[in-house]
Amino acid sequence: MSVLNLLEAVNMAMDQSMENDKNVVVFGEDVGVEGGVFRATKGLQAKYGVERCFDSILAESSIIGSGIGMAINGLKPVVEIQFSGFMFPGYNQIVTHAARMRNRTRSLYTVPMVIRMPYGGGVRALEHHSESLEVLFAHTAGLKVVIPSTPYDAKGLLMAAIQDPDPVIFMEPKRIYRAFKQEVPDEPYMIPIGKAKVVKEGKDMTVVAWGAMVRETQKAIEKLEAEGHSIELIDLRTISPIDKETIIKSVQKTGRFAVVHEAATTYGPGGELITIVNEGAFLYLEAPPKRISSIDTVVPLPKGEHYYVPDMALIVEELKSVLEF
Amino acid sequence: MLLDTYNPLVDEMVQIMDKEGKIVNPDLMPDLTPEEMLKMYKTMRFSRIIDEKTLQYQRQGRMLTYAPNLGQEAAQVGSAAAIRQTDWVAPSFRELGVWLYKGAPLHNIFLYWFGNEMGMHMPEEVRILPVSVPIASQMQHATGLAFAARYRGLDDVAIAYVGDGGTSQGDFHEALNFASVQNTANVFIIQNNQFAISTRREIQTKTKTIAQKAIGYGIPGILVDGNDVFAMYAVTKEAVDRARRGDGPSLIEAYTYRMGAHTTSDDPTVYRKDEEVEAWKDKDPIDRFRKYLISEGHWDIDKEKEYSDERAQFVKETFETIEKSGDVPLEDIFDHVYAKRTPILEAQYQLKKAFFEKEGK
Repeated sequence: MSVLNLLEAVNMAMDQSMENDKNVVVFGEDVGVEGGVFRATKGLQAKYGVERCFDSILAESSIIGSGIGMAINGLKPVVEIQFSGFMFPGYNQIVTHAARMRNRTRSLYTVPMVIRMPYGGGVRALEHHSESLEVLFAHTAGLKVVIPSTPYDAKGLLMAAIQDPDPVIFMEPKRIYRAFKQEVPDEPYMIPIGKAKVVKEGKDMTVVAWGAMVRETQKAIEKLEAEGHSIELIDLRTISPIDKETIIKSVQKTGRFAVVHEAATTYGPGGELITIVNEGAFLYLEAPPKRISSIDTVVPLPKGEHYYVPDMALIVEELKSVLEF
Repeated sequence: MLLDTYNPLVDEMVQIMDKEGKIVNPDLMPDLTPEEMLKMYKTMRFSRIIDEKTLQYQRQGRMLTYAPNLGQEAAQVGSAAAIRQTDWVAPSFRELGVWLYKGAPLHNIFLYWFGNEMGMHMPEEVRILPVSVPIASQMQHATGLAFAARYRGLDDVAIAYVGDGGTSQGDFHEALNFASVQNTANVFIIQNNQFAISTRREIQTKTKTIAQKAIGYGIPGILVDGNDVFAMYAVTKEAVDRARRGDGPSLIEAYTYRMGAHTTSDDPTVYRKDEEVEAWKDKDPIDRFRKYLISEGHWDIDKEKEYSDERAQFVKETFETIEKSGDVPLEDIFDHVYAKRTPILEAQYQLKKAFFEKEGK
């Protein structure tokens, strides 16, 4: 066991994947010499050489596009997009090629590739550094979208993503990169993609969250449970393909539902989750389901950011309104 | 070496055979056996016959949208003949000659244009990526293919094809830049057919040649008569050999002309005059190759007729088989989104299956 933060767990997952499989290559902007702007790839170039961990040209479409070619020709690229807000130049390659190559060739050519990107707000960053864009990928057939919320999950999910036969968008909540540490097994392990995790069981209500929102929601739940409520928390872990079964089963038990996310509200992931609940557990509901999410404005710069993302106090208030409906 | 001696900054163009089929630059004539030449010629003729017949089928309402290759046969076959079977090709959507030369079955090609993705499930040894509609995006894949080949200790080269319009895309720039920086075994072939649908090459770029763009990436660039199959072969061979040796990527501008429409949905009379097309017909790549082969005694009019009739019959029979191939099975749509159906896709499959069975479809 090692005690690691989320960033160190991501690093360990890549390190061990490279050690186990010589076809795993890692590249992106500044990931080689510097080890990435967040240091997620620290030490990998020194350990595995410049051919296996290298600084790409400053061009996101090239990072994704060359990665697609490598994946077709037998490698397992794990590429880094420096911030999810920078992925748009590469978005064409992700959506029109990475996601479709298998279908277009009826599985002759496939793209087993991982596209890592730090996402989300809360770090007082510049413009285009704080977005939460998971639905842009989750709405695209052929992609998988994974978001860890703890160091333990980050390692196991990333190792699973690297083994996955299809392209995986691996979004890392940068706000909690270094927020807390956790015991992480030293040996390689995988957490299955497509399965949500019941973080804690409860009787009165089901709350689904992912990424940095899991921790905020946990804090809110602790406060509410001190007041006598019993709340079940589910960490979605995989945004797509979504684990409907775990959510529906839970809501059938609790009869109340809320989802907490950093993405904007309208057409956001909460809409999909509430539809899943309505379709699968409508007659069990004792209150209208609720989405606790960011507003539909542009993500504000740091001086206005506190208005934007849900925080513990807002989550407490909103969960209470569902519990007391 | 051609790549060193021809200057892309002036419009110096490599030509070996003129439009009358005469060898005007014998020093550059590639060392090809009559059998090799005939394979190239026959592939070009086959490509032309497929295009002509497919355009007929489309007009008869039997074929969907189709992008013919008329006029570009030498640019395609001349280059494809210079690469090895294990070399990769990242095509756009107008490379019929390359597909045929590398062994893609016409059955697959027709199946794809007939609206069935299974057509792009080619025999593995063909090694051509599927048709890529987003312009120039495939060039980035070629860089990755070449990177992976070297990484795995293989000396395969990856060739990307793109049109003159595609050179305006960012992916063109990024792919050349990546290849140059990483010194990957890539050859980028621009089929400058003078048009991006209706937009003329002059409107895409201010540079005198497209070949000279290579200078900005620190790699060789060369302008070639794209209707001269020997020039295309000689230059591509040199570029491919160079890449295979580890000496890096290069850019070839094949100067040619799209004699047909962009696709069957396009009407070129809106944006170009008949006289222009006629002038290019005089430079037809197949006519000049045939004149050469006949003058050398490798081919004659009887053989031409016999081969053309046999191929036309083959195209007809293949197309008729495709016409009867029917709709895609429902499973095909669900089984290639991911390696394994997700629970949601499985549920949607069951619903669709039940619905269409009930409807009797």
